Amino acid sequence: MTTRTLPRPVVAPERSAADALVATPGLATRGRARGYPLRREGPAKLTGAAMYADDLVFPGAWYGATIRSTEPRARLVAIELDPDVDWSKVVVVTAADIPGENLVSAIKEDQPVLVPVGGEIRHHAEPVALLAAADRATIRQLKRRIRLVTEALPPNFDPERSDHVFAEYEVVNGDLDAGFAAAAHVVEGEYRVGHQEQLYIENNAMIAVPSEDGGMAVHGSLQCPYYVHKALKKSLGLTSDQARVVQAETGGGFGGKEEYPSIIALHAALLARKAGRPVRMIYDRHEDIAATTKRHPAIVRHRTAVAADGTLLAQDIEIVMDGGAYCTLTPVVLSRGALHSGGPYRCPNVRIRARATRTNTPPNGAFRGFGAPQVEFAAETHLNRIAERLAISPAEIRRRNAYELGDVTPTGQVLRESVAAQDVLRLAVEAGDFERLRAATARGAAERRDSVEGRPGPYRSGAARSASGIGLAMGWHGAGFTGSGEVHIGSVASVELTGEGQIRVLIGSTEMGQGTTTIFPLLVSGELGLPVEAVEMAPVDTALVPDSGPTVASRTAMVVGGLCIAAARRLRAEVESRHDGRPFAEVFLADAASNGPTRIDQTFEPYPGIEFDDATYRGDAYPAFGWAACVATVDVDLDTGEVAVRDVIAVDDVGHVIHPILCEGQVEGGTLQAVGYATIEEIKLDDGRYLNDRLATYLIPTALDAPRLTTILVEAPFSGAPHGAKGVGELPMDVGAPAVVAAIHDAVGAWITELPATPERILAAITAIDAGADPA
Amino acid sequence: MTSIRFLVNGTPAEVEVPGMRRLLDVLREDLGLTGTKEGCGEGECGACSVLLDGQVVDSCLVPMCQVDGRIVRTVEGLALAAREHGTLDSLQQAFLELGAAQCGICTPGMLMAARAYLDAGGGPDSDAIREGIAGNLCRCTGYQKIVEAIATVAAGEMA
Repeated sequence: MTTRTLPRPVVAPERSAADALVATPGLATRGRARGYPLRREGPAKLTGAAMYADDLVFPGAWYGATIRSTEPRARLVAIELDPDVDWSKVVVVTAADIPGENLVSAIKEDQPVLVPVGGEIRHHAEPVALLAAADRATIRQLKRRIRLVTEALPPNFDPERSDHVFAEYEVVNGDLDAGFAAAAHVVEGEYRVGHQEQLYIENNAMIAVPSEDGGMAVHGSLQCPYYVHKALKKSLGLTSDQARVVQAETGGGFGGKEEYPSIIALHAALLARKAGRPVRMIYDRHEDIAATTKRHPAIVRHRTAVAADGTLLAQDIEIVMDGGAYCTLTPVVLSRGALHSGGPYRCPNVRIRARATRTNTPPNGAFRGFGAPQVEFAAETHLNRIAERLAISPAEIRRRNAYELGDVTPTGQVLRESVAAQDVLRLAVEAGDFERLRAATARGAAERRDSVEGRPGPYRSGAARSASGIGLAMGWHGAGFTGSGEVHIGSVASVELTGEGQIRVLIGSTEMGQGTTTIFPLLVSGELGLPVEAVEMAPVDTALVPDSGPTVASRTAMVVGGLCIAAARRLRAEVESRHDGRPFAEVFLADAASNGPTRIDQTFEPYPGIEFDDATYRGDAYPAFGWAACVATVDVDLDTGEVAVRDVIAVDDVGHVIHPILCEGQVEGGTLQAVGYATIEEIKLDDGRYLNDRLATYLIPTALDAPRLTTILVEAPFSGAPHGAKGVGELPMDVGAPAVVAAIHDAVGAWITELPATPERILAAITAIDAGADPA
Repeated sequence: MTSIRFLVNGTPAEVEVPGMRRLLDVLREDLGLTGTKEGCGEGECGACSVLLDGQVVDSCLVPMCQVDGRIVRTVEGLALAAREHGTLDSLQQAFLELGAAQCGICTPGMLMAARAYLDAGGGPDSDAIREGIAGNLCRCTGYQKIVEAIATVAAGEMA
């Protein structure tokens, strides 16, 4: 683990002599986190005092439940309440009870809050009616007494056969035909990835509390308070002041609490409105997995022209993503997927065609990486196969093609600064001892081939029963929103000197474990020349904090952090100007006492020189990119096909490390999610329903499954952000899976082109090679 | 309804509940000890881990009829020292300083599993620690810093 201490106030990072880019480690100190402030809400979390949504008590609250479709597609004819039940003691809500629009606020607004009678049910877990009662036993009993009368309609589960396209993009650069005409080799490949569940350990939870003036407060587990706020206003017909959203302590999100909480909040609020009392809508794990969004499955096809020396000449890429039943965030996920699909490589002639379509499965949505992990698995695995075809090292083909300063991306974006692709590659190859270990695994494979025990079948013995491999992958991740997203949103962040002399940061960005409440006081106190303890964070409550945009897209530290630094600088200048330029730290208390509060609201302004045309998809797709490389080692059991991922070295360029321990934590957690994506995380479907919709059957890595993780943080700062940060949350998620799959290939000689690389797929691939099939 | 008496975090408790009511619900709803979390309700995630006579158990799988006369320890019990002295115990402090808690929802259960591991004499070997917390899922940390924090305490470096 390598990081460095933060100079305060934030200035250009110091560089160690050994490597100009690698962040150097902080020192272990008692009472501090390697010399940095401790996680601010850490003590509350460690003592059980932190209040998550289900821990909140609202006297008189009822329990809410959702009546869902059990068919993938049908016409809703009627909702029948059993006449033998006394329904007066409970509350039932249907679409007819919705005072505002029966549409969940989103990009295209195609998803109903509840399917109306006469409307179309489009997936297996679709909400149709709601029920609230004073106790859970009544809920369990009466849920079964509500019957949905439906007429089945033919479902479609194949995204390539869908007649409804949510979004479609084409990115073209150069002359594709000329590129292929000049090729020494043309390599084609098809790659498939399935659903992945975010699997935050805290299930979704919302509690709605009606107020006497007709307003509605919602307390819950969520990433984006103003998304929920907007949804409440739209479907409940509330004013901005009547709708209030308060974030409870949130037990993980990873994108899974980006937009689905709007639906749960609406459901809880509709019940609370009719019941005239608070209603708790707390999902159990089964409902959370069955109904909420997943990572989009995708099919990615590559056709690549390569020169004899491995130089990329042309990339023709086709992406099809499965959006599920409703649009949700699909157009944006697809857009990021399209823009990252070539990988971090220079290629003069590119065509990227991407489309996302509707199927009759629960809607897919945001998950860490947001379209990039799918396409980067494909791009990296494809490049590794090209290297194999040309008999050059995976490291060498990347050195020949990785972006450098001045290179141009498929949207015509000139990479003017902050390009660390070659650096992360070199560091990962060195730290992972890649070439030497790769030679060793090749010798191991040769010995296995030569030994009798190495033959397939149940008769292996000794060392030949397992094979070791090492794999390399690279990745890039566009920092912040795609294209003009940030300009359209116009986020606001505020820093206030209160009348009592307190420094308060007011942002709508949420803490869900990544460290928001710890890094903002660090950034602001650094600017003001105060100890970090002098800065407090306002609670995330839409009645108090401005709309800083959603807590997504690795944008919080970079974009909102930048706004807070700018606000703190303005606050400092304003206060110091009232005191003859004396330092803020000396005068702020006196200033508060004499002048009262001073609040600076900082609104996002476009990064200079960054322009993107949403219509033509030309220009600067992202203000900057983060760069990553990853080396994984695996052992594969040749009898069972099981993979043990042993070690992963993750090298991530985040622009600027604000807090090394929190930053490493992001890399380690994201890397393990990628390892899970590569090896064990799989959703099985039957008739559009998730079969393994519980934790006993949807597996995520345990401590025993997890590899040893080594993180190297690199800092190639982005000049548009005052601190240089480019974000860290998603980048590690992009590279882990292809590195693991490359290591599996190195071990067994087979390319697994469909994730996850389950024992079944690995065994089938080994058997196919033994039978003489082409390993690719 | 059965009357069940047990010791929770050193304090006697008596509840009148159906014998099959889950220990998790009694802790959270009847005794207000919401530090113990529910993640899956079927013994897979370990978020609800507590110590029952010193053994780590999933409280979502323990019916109250099995708790009569026994000793229960929850995360709030670990924190008793914190409440009395204004500090965390060495395990909590190690988690805090080494970054072993992120979103915090698995943390109470993880701490109890780690406590049981250490109380049983577990050492700083990382494979043994991983075995000891294998029943507790964490989705944020990749386990790296959790293992480091437990190893630091096991090595006596947080004293």
